[in-house]
Amino acid sequence: MNFFLEVFTGGLLAGVMYSLVAIGFVLIYKASGVFNFAQGSMVLFAALTFVSLVERGIPFWGAFAITLITMAVLAWLIEVLVLRQLVNRSPITLFMATLGLSYIVEGLAQAVWGAQVHALDIGINDEPYEVFGILLSQFDLFAAGIAGGLVALLGFLFNKTRIGISLRAVADDQLAALAVGIKLQRLWLIVWAVAGFVGLVAGILWGARVGVQFSLSLIVLKALPVLIIGGFTSIEGAIVGGLIVGASEKLAEVFIGPLIGGGIENWFPYVLAMLFLLVRPYGLFGDKAIERV
Amino acid sequence: MSQTSEKLNPAADAILQLDNIEVIYEKVIFAIKHISLQVGPQAIVALLGANGAGKSTILKAISGLIPAQRGEIVQGRIFYQGLDVTQATPAQLVSQGLVQVLEGRHCFGHLTVEENLLTGAFVRRPSAKVLSQELEKVYNFFPRLKLLRKNHAGYTSGGEQQMVAIGRALMANPKLILLDEPSMGLAPQIVEEIFEIVHQLQQTQGLSFLLAEQNATVALRYADYAYVLESGHITHHGDAQTIASSQALSDSYLGKQ
Repeated sequence: MNFFLEVFTGGLLAGVMYSLVAIGFVLIYKASGVFNFAQGSMVLFAALTFVSLVERGIPFWGAFAITLITMAVLAWLIEVLVLRQLVNRSPITLFMATLGLSYIVEGLAQAVWGAQVHALDIGINDEPYEVFGILLSQFDLFAAGIAGGLVALLGFLFNKTRIGISLRAVADDQLAALAVGIKLQRLWLIVWAVAGFVGLVAGILWGARVGVQFSLSLIVLKALPVLIIGGFTSIEGAIVGGLIVGASEKLAEVFIGPLIGGGIENWFPYVLAMLFLLVRPYGLFGDKAIERV
Repeated sequence: MSQTSEKLNPAADAILQLDNIEVIYEKVIFAIKHISLQVGPQAIVALLGANGAGKSTILKAISGLIPAQRGEIVQGRIFYQGLDVTQATPAQLVSQGLVQVLEGRHCFGHLTVEENLLTGAFVRRPSAKVLSQELEKVYNFFPRLKLLRKNHAGYTSGGEQQMVAIGRALMANPKLILLDEPSMGLAPQIVEEIFEIVHQLQQTQGLSFLLAEQNATVALRYADYAYVLESGHITHHGDAQTIASSQALSDSYLGKQ
């Protein structure tokens, strides 16, 4: 039983890392109805910028601030050069644009900072804690704490502030949002900048875990099942979806894996996501289309 | 009643004036042509015509929403309170008190009724205190909305959604409201109720309305002046009573006998 709980909680904590990435997608999806394929590249860009600054002797918070500003500038460039040109186009056009964007951002990051792997040490040692007889990774607990704080912050931003209400209005009905005087372009800029901030946090935590390298941008693929399970439009959904993916893939690997030769972890989330698509296509927390009959 | 071939004289006191407006969608699709009209202060002006006559296009041309629908104003000028606003953005117009209520209500379904109303005021960046005062004002006009304020707008009835849409426009503290098909899909009794509120807003708040309606009978009872549209052109205009008693409407809906 103890072993089961250990695997389970370990999976939940690892799932938090998926959630962090998925939140970035949710933000942009809510504001513009677009699955932003470039989110993974933004995570890489942020992590690479941050780690390179730290390696050049800039202290943690200084590097954090500079990277944050860089991400805001990146968001502004994307808004002016890409989104503004494609306004009113179909979602698939915008999706293709973000696909292209992901290669540009990725290439830009590596052109500026090089392609080698960087180690990132943020001063959390990874000795396990023992809680009620269960061993827990200290780093995972730290990551979970950060993610929790981030969710609380974003929850406040979206539910209580005028920007948040405007954002949800745009998600519901773009034309009506325009008609009441909401400035779409300003809102997009804010959302992409916030997604850049979330990407930075995710990039630092993932970078500290697996090293800052090109493959960071591939976590976009891990976020997909998280989003399908949790729902594309919900930050809570991204959290719960991440937890489900994290816990279930670890449990599947440990308990089902040996029966069929292992290696389940990598594809199990997709099977789960597919089941969700059949039963609950808008995910656990996604917005159901409200329709009166 | 007069024919539109004559040029309208720029009236100094008109709150809104359209001068020979032409709109084309997607660079090729012709929508409206030679549209000249005006709305006086504290007036209700009706735009009448069958489906596809161009009523909505005229309203969107005024409110700056045409570019969002891949259209453009290729000719003519629009004046609001004496200023040329032909190329103004919706946000600029709303903050100056010109708001459109879209056809089919377009409430934000996943937002509560109260959040819907709040969005209407954001463009003016009011303080929290002013915001809650405005909210109370709207609730005075629509007491039913106050009872529903925590409900998702998407789950309210059609009439209630129309109230939300008008209330949301009122939150911008407007001088002129462009109202597109307020009667669409509503029971006659509710339509009456909505028009009564429009009338009341005109009388007590001094608001002007430019009203696009297919339901000409109701619209003409409340309007001061009316324009009749047919495939993108104005064919007749005149006092509401004159239009109501003339042959113009049945001609435009049913074709000339």
